[in-house]
Amino acid sequence: MESAQATSTDSPAARLREEILIRRVRNGERELFYELIRPYERRIYAAAFGIVHNPADAEDVAQEAVLKAFKNLRQFRAEARFSTWLLQITVNEARMRRRKQQASRIEPMDVQETEEGNYTPRDFADWREIPSETLERKEVREALTQALSSLNEIYRDVFVLRDVEHLSIEETAKILGISIANVKTRLLRARLMLRDLLAPGLDGNWSSKLRFVKGNKLW
Amino acid sequence: MVVNCEEVWQEVSNYLDGEIDSRLGAAVEEHLRGCKHCTAVIDGTRNVLELYGDQRLLEIPLGYSQRLHHHLGAAIAGKRGTAFGWMVAFAAAAALMIGFEVGNSSAFSQPHLRSAHAQPPARAIPANLIVVVTDRAKIFHLPGCGVIHNKSTERMLTVAEAEREGYVPCVRCLRKYVNLTGRILREDNKGGALRRASHLAAFNLGRAEQSLKSVDHIPLLSARATDFQERNTDNRHYP
Repeated sequence: MESAQATSTDSPAARLREEILIRRVRNGERELFYELIRPYERRIYAAAFGIVHNPADAEDVAQEAVLKAFKNLRQFRAEARFSTWLLQITVNEARMRRRKQQASRIEPMDVQETEEGNYTPRDFADWREIPSETLERKEVREALTQALSSLNEIYRDVFVLRDVEHLSIEETAKILGISIANVKTRLLRARLMLRDLLAPGLDGNWSSKLRFVKGNKLW
Repeated sequence: MVVNCEEVWQEVSNYLDGEIDSRLGAAVEEHLRGCKHCTAVIDGTRNVLELYGDQRLLEIPLGYSQRLHHHLGAAIAGKRGTAFGWMVAFAAAAALMIGFEVGNSSAFSQPHLRSAHAQPPARAIPANLIVVVTDRAKIFHLPGCGVIHNKSTERMLTVAEAEREGYVPCVRCLRKYVNLTGRILREDNKGGALRRASHLAAFNLGRAEQSLKSVDHIPLLSARATDFQERNTDNRHYP
């Protein structure tokens, strides 16, 4: 299920090419930095959007992130993957932006959800098939985006890195600075919550009132 | 190995990621065969992953890449010009400093002084110039000055020594050094060669006046500074 873009930068040849590019940029061929980040531009935006949930902010974050990456390219160590390093910068930048967003509005007291206890599915609606064309429909895309943004950020960040960005559990843990066990717990909850939110919508009319639209969290 | 529904739910992620122990995986599959609910949960979660992992979900704003490059381009161009930028900055700083120094120099700052008495020195009196003092008044003269009184007590010393002893210059023989005000200077020196009076001059003027007061029984020296001023303006020369 890896995206074509992700696999294209994963091959040994692609990684070698990337290493050479990094070296050349460091040695003064600065324009080659465009080439270096081109395969990741979409992923940078996706990661930023997954965290800040606002196209304008996501773009700002992406711009700041690539700028930081350019300025700090010398600090990049070859033992890490360039994509992970780049996404780490993006995630840090996006989380900083989110903190600013949150500082400017009043947060409800009980925003932090507890990770204790096991998550139990709330809905057993049968959702066996995904019509691939559903994603062509704007309301489906909006419902998915809205469902994701309704998750608490600790679940959302893990889900975005693991299931949108297709990073490994280890990379996700490293970028977010949490343990692998934590990543696994949060990931399971995020996936099950999203299924609970979306499954009932798919067996009938997507434009029908979805429960999260009312701001009525189920968990 | 048999697992119940709750155990299956806790393994949904691992099962879908293929990161599950083979025995547990087999048990989960066995459970799924007979449990409609758990099958729905697994299938639904798989759908979630497929939908969110699909690139079509996210619409990238039009022109995003161009704006990204543009933003970066400014930095890359800026970076390239760093050495030049520093040179420009350095030159600007140097120009500022030169401007400051020039602006601060007496030639330019002099006209802005508010009081004529606060003008800078007309001309510094050479510290090693030989002058004559007497015990009549605390005034030093050039040798041969026409207004030296009590010549019997004359002694010679340098300007530096005389000043150290509290003597002030004679306003006649040392007139070119001790001018009363900038205004008189300009009138006296129409070419404008001497445009500067001094703190020293102002200071000396005050001291000269004090000296004059203390020796007011000497008619000539008892004249006020304003008298000198008037005499000086009518182009008479002393002595």
